[in-house]
Amino acid sequence: MSKRIDVKDLNVYYGNFLAVEDVNINIQAKSVTAFIGPSGCGKSTFLRTLNRMHEVLPGARVEGEVLLDGNNFYGPGVDPVTVRTQVGMVFQRPNPFPTMSIRDNVLAGVKLNNKKISKGAADALVEKSLVGANLWNEVKDRLDKPGSGLSGGQQQRLCIARAIAVEPQVILMDEPCSALDPISTLAVEDLINELKDQYTVVIVTHNMQQAARVSDKTAFFNIAGTGKPGKLIEFADTTSIFNNPGQKATEDYVSGRFG
Amino acid sequence: MTATVVRKRSALTKGQLPKFAPYIVLAVALIVGAAILALIGFNAFGWGLVSAILFAVGLVSWSGAVEGARKAKDKLATCLVVGSFLIALLPLISVIFTVLVNGIPGLITPGFLGTSMNGVTGAFDNKAVEEGAPVLGGIYHALMGTLQITLLATVISVPVGLLTSIYLVEYGNDRPLARAITFFVDVMTGIPSIVAGLFAAAFFFAIVGPGTKTGAVAAVALSVLMIPVVVRSSEEMLKIVPNELREASYALGVRKWRTITKVVIPTAISGIASGVTLAIARVIGETAPILVTAGFATTINNNVFGGWMASLPTFIYTQILNPTSPSNPEPSDQRAWGAALVLIILVMLLNLGARLIARLFAPKTGR
Repeated sequence: MSKRIDVKDLNVYYGNFLAVEDVNINIQAKSVTAFIGPSGCGKSTFLRTLNRMHEVLPGARVEGEVLLDGNNFYGPGVDPVTVRTQVGMVFQRPNPFPTMSIRDNVLAGVKLNNKKISKGAADALVEKSLVGANLWNEVKDRLDKPGSGLSGGQQQRLCIARAIAVEPQVILMDEPCSALDPISTLAVEDLINELKDQYTVVIVTHNMQQAARVSDKTAFFNIAGTGKPGKLIEFADTTSIFNNPGQKATEDYVSGRFG
Repeated sequence: MTATVVRKRSALTKGQLPKFAPYIVLAVALIVGAAILALIGFNAFGWGLVSAILFAVGLVSWSGAVEGARKAKDKLATCLVVGSFLIALLPLISVIFTVLVNGIPGLITPGFLGTSMNGVTGAFDNKAVEEGAPVLGGIYHALMGTLQITLLATVISVPVGLLTSIYLVEYGNDRPLARAITFFVDVMTGIPSIVAGLFAAAFFFAIVGPGTKTGAVAAVALSVLMIPVVVRSSEEMLKIVPNELREASYALGVRKWRTITKVVIPTAISGIASGVTLAIARVIGETAPILVTAGFATTINNNVFGGWMASLPTFIYTQILNPTSPSNPEPSDQRAWGAALVLIILVMLLNLGARLIARLFAPKTGR
């Protein structure tokens, strides 16, 4: 149920501004890949190109190819909505739908698309997704309560449950723990470790320890200066990025000598 | 050790007026104000004004003497704020009081809400004044007319206004068309209501025939006034729906239109609904556009598409301006005030309804 992503010569623009330049990367199926780098280096922007979410912003466009098991996301006639059903996303701030109960939040991907689902199948899907997001035991007695009543960490896991309920091939996470406390972060990190058995996970993080803890491979992005495009500097196994980086900039960044 | 019974005053509270100081000043100001007014001829308004000025001067100067300049300025600002609030409130209370006093006799007259003016002639009113017979006639026809015209205007305005605001917020992206719509909506907000009435009248004269005066024409005139209000309020409500919710929905593979109907609008529905209710309250009291579009009827007409139709504002207008019995206008006055009271009650109910709707539809929180 998971697929690999290959990115070829990708340039990302906002209007005429080149935000990310010339990215080539191969993301393995059933692995966790972390993107690290300083603020504004384009890692979030690049992540959003992996499910065509950046197009939501006016003026944003892409050159190059993103292949999901060989199929180009940006080929002519490809519907972004189809892409997004295959590649789910979890955002920086937990954003459960405030008008919906916990149960409806999990079922949002089904219900919002007006797919018919029997009550039994819906119950099974809710339980499976919440179990998958390590949230079932905490909320099973209050599935009909609003999702916004949960704590921040629980909300974020609810968002993850919502993302895996549509059974995507890939899950993208944009700094999923930056708004959470250490205990909730630990819960989400444990969850990421479990998710990689079934899904391809890509995570953007500012926290290098987190990248080291959860990821199999790490990509380091950097920016030469303000107004310059962000670039992929180095992409390798996490252990070698942190212990034996190939590039001077990577070594400076991971050892805290960046500046 | 000797037990001291003297309560020690904290050094930190030195130089402060006691808590009851404003009440003392108020009492003194009221007494002195009454004395001054007694010299030049007493009236309640002058007493209030003089006492208010005395109170402000007295409190500020006492505070300045005891507490210092900063506290005195604070007291002065408080006096000005409270004073402005009272001045703003005065007309409102005065209006409600006058309408209640004058309107209740009309409202409690038997048959006032249940009968129309059909067949009520000046002879009955003369009899009521001269012989003390009950005042006949009521506002049923006008009440029905107002409700029907307003309902039709709402049915026209809400879809148009809501869809326009959806276009502006979700699809407009500052395109020339969106900017033009915003501009013209702003212009429409400022259209005098009589112009809206003339527009609707001329429009129906042109397409249906000269002299077309029905409830539907009035509803179109009211829609012209209502649409910009609905557009504006719904636009504001849609704008404050966090973008994160839209993105969350897109990321689940939900199409834009479904995102709007299933996520954005439900999140904003409480604000939209209360905005619509307030827009209704805004147009329900319009007089001029109804005069030129629906005429005035004295009989019950439940067909908005045919025949003249009464409404509460035009009822009030005609009863005051052309009393049913020119020699004895008192029964007409009583009916007009009663109708005014009903109109105010309607508007109040709409406002309460708006709050109720906002609360009912508000996104639920809590565990």
